[in-house]
Amino acid sequence: MKSRLIALGMAGALLATPAGAAEPVKIGMITTLSGGGSALGIDIRDGFALAISQEGGSLGGVPVELVAEDDGRKPEKATEIANRMIKRDKIGIMTGIVWSNLAIAVVPKVTAKGVFYISPNAGPSKLAGAGCGTNYFNVAWQNDNLHEAMGQYVTEKGYKNVYIMAPNYPAGKDALKGFKRFYKGDLAGETYTKLGQTDYAAEIAALRAAKPDAVFFFLPGGMGISFLKQYAQAGLTGKIPVFGPAFSFDQTILAAVGDAALGVINSSQWNKDIDNPANAAFVADFQKAYGRLPSLYASQGYDAARLIGSALKAVGGDISNADGFRAALKKADFASVRGKFSFGPNNHPIQDIYVRQVVKEGDTLTNKIIATAFTDRADAYAAECKM
Amino acid sequence: MSPLLILEQVLNGLQLGVMLFLMAAGLTLVLGIMNLVNLSHGSLYMVGAFIAATVTRATGSFVLGLLVALPATALVGIVVERVALRRLYARDHLDQVLATFGLILFFNEAVTMIWGPRPLYMDGPSWLSGAVEIIPGVPYPAFRLAIIAVGLTVAMLLYLLVTRTRLGMLIRAGASNREMVAALGVDINRLYTLVFGLGVMLAALGGVMAGPIYAVEVGMGEVILIQTFVVVVIGGIGSVRGALVGAILVGLVDTLGRAFLPGLLTLFLGPATAASLSASLASMAIYILMAAILVWRPRGLFPAHG
Repeated sequence: MKSRLIALGMAGALLATPAGAAEPVKIGMITTLSGGGSALGIDIRDGFALAISQEGGSLGGVPVELVAEDDGRKPEKATEIANRMIKRDKIGIMTGIVWSNLAIAVVPKVTAKGVFYISPNAGPSKLAGAGCGTNYFNVAWQNDNLHEAMGQYVTEKGYKNVYIMAPNYPAGKDALKGFKRFYKGDLAGETYTKLGQTDYAAEIAALRAAKPDAVFFFLPGGMGISFLKQYAQAGLTGKIPVFGPAFSFDQTILAAVGDAALGVINSSQWNKDIDNPANAAFVADFQKAYGRLPSLYASQGYDAARLIGSALKAVGGDISNADGFRAALKKADFASVRGKFSFGPNNHPIQDIYVRQVVKEGDTLTNKIIATAFTDRADAYAAECKM
Repeated sequence: MSPLLILEQVLNGLQLGVMLFLMAAGLTLVLGIMNLVNLSHGSLYMVGAFIAATVTRATGSFVLGLLVALPATALVGIVVERVALRRLYARDHLDQVLATFGLILFFNEAVTMIWGPRPLYMDGPSWLSGAVEIIPGVPYPAFRLAIIAVGLTVAMLLYLLVTRTRLGMLIRAGASNREMVAALGVDINRLYTLVFGLGVMLAALGGVMAGPIYAVEVGMGEVILIQTFVVVVIGGIGSVRGALVGAILVGLVDTLGRAFLPGLLTLFLGPATAASLSASLASMAIYILMAAILVWRPRGLFPAHG
């Protein structure tokens, strides 16, 4: 009797399913939503989600479902989430990873299984040159780009004795390598700090003793906050000019550092004052939806969503048409908030890189573009990619 | 490499050591007397920093932030002790590690829920924002000098507490032989609560002093927790004197390693190799120190248990 009731119930449930209801395309986002560095992942997720909500739950006219999970900045956790998304949830499009060491662990594994990965942040050199792949696209930049731009600008401005610093991990090494590629002067010092280090008294003392004419550092997230505060307390702000990539001076860091960051010059592929309709709409909608100014991470998440949307539109939501989807992604036929955008042969962006300065607008610290460092910059590893 | 630079780096090492001492003193007491491995010690440091940052932001006064954060964090600590830690005293260390690790995750999420995921802005008092030239030609941040002063004062007060008061006598006895103290009729639960409260206040003080110089962000406790455990192991479990000596040692080795290893290695290797290798070596330095001390003195420098 009971089994018959269950059978009837199941039949009823099956019949109740509306005919022709399309399954939304699932997009898996593995990003850092808790612990140190979570502000970056949360911005990426919020930017991505904004694009979906602007289209009422779709991207490119195709209904999508964003499955966002927290990797806690741990490579093992990211790998485990990726495996689960592929095996259990049958997800065919993934995105979200913030950190290069996690990306190196996860991306080759998932693309080998036929999944498309669109990076909204991490762009390690290892995956841009010989390690490139047909299913791996980077919509943000290649790690070295923003540092190369700063190296170029610092050389143009005539600095000849620069002290450089970055954490001892893949993105840190890429950063200093990128800076040195375009910087033509002498190095007063080259220091690698510990990832997650909080106390920079020793490094600042060594820096002061080396008497550089400028400092270039890459210290994302909390590390940058600690360093800038301590740099100001040591009385060096204003005495030795500071340069860095946007990662050390994004909206989150500026809010937590305060006036110690005023006047600092940094490079970025995006700023809220880039003048085009897509960007204006993005900044306004982001502020309305989340009550804060977007950072470059949010713009990267947003562009990733729009890129995926443009490709979904081209294949009519059918990602089993892998070749079609891949070609559509490569075409990058979407209105990026940066203005012009296209992919190079290794699926990394070709874009302009700007120079911006930290200013105060009313009560808020933010960035303002003051120059352009590169026009249509690709990256240094494209030639090594044999695709 | 001028002698003035060496002096400045030694001062930096001392300051880092004093900061570690604030954390290590509380942890070593809790570990020595209550036999409790408390990984959430770092989380209470974080809570202290966040509360102080909020109050300082609202009132504009760092001192008020300090005065509010200490009892407020102590209150949080007491609640945690009553609700979670009390059940762990009788269990073995691995269970305690598991449970208090869960507390770390809990605190990280709770702080994110209350304050959001973004780091907070915190500034020290304006009368400590300048620099003092205690070494000629080197403007040393006044706030860091204040940290050294606060830390040494706490060390002095703890010394007086442990050697000159009845509570201190109970603490030393409890660290030596817990069962005997209980058998002699001392209310061991009250002693535990007092010791734990003291440990929490020290952690909170560490957090408040760290706020103006480090980033006040979720997860800030984990970094310092690992270094604190190294200090406690080196100094000897249950010994405040060991915590002070261990903390200064760790602070000096870490700072001097980071400051001078690159220069030293550049003499033998090329600059790029030296930079990368010295970075790795410098971050390993305190663990190599710990291993070396344990080989020489397996129970730490000043073990409390007789």
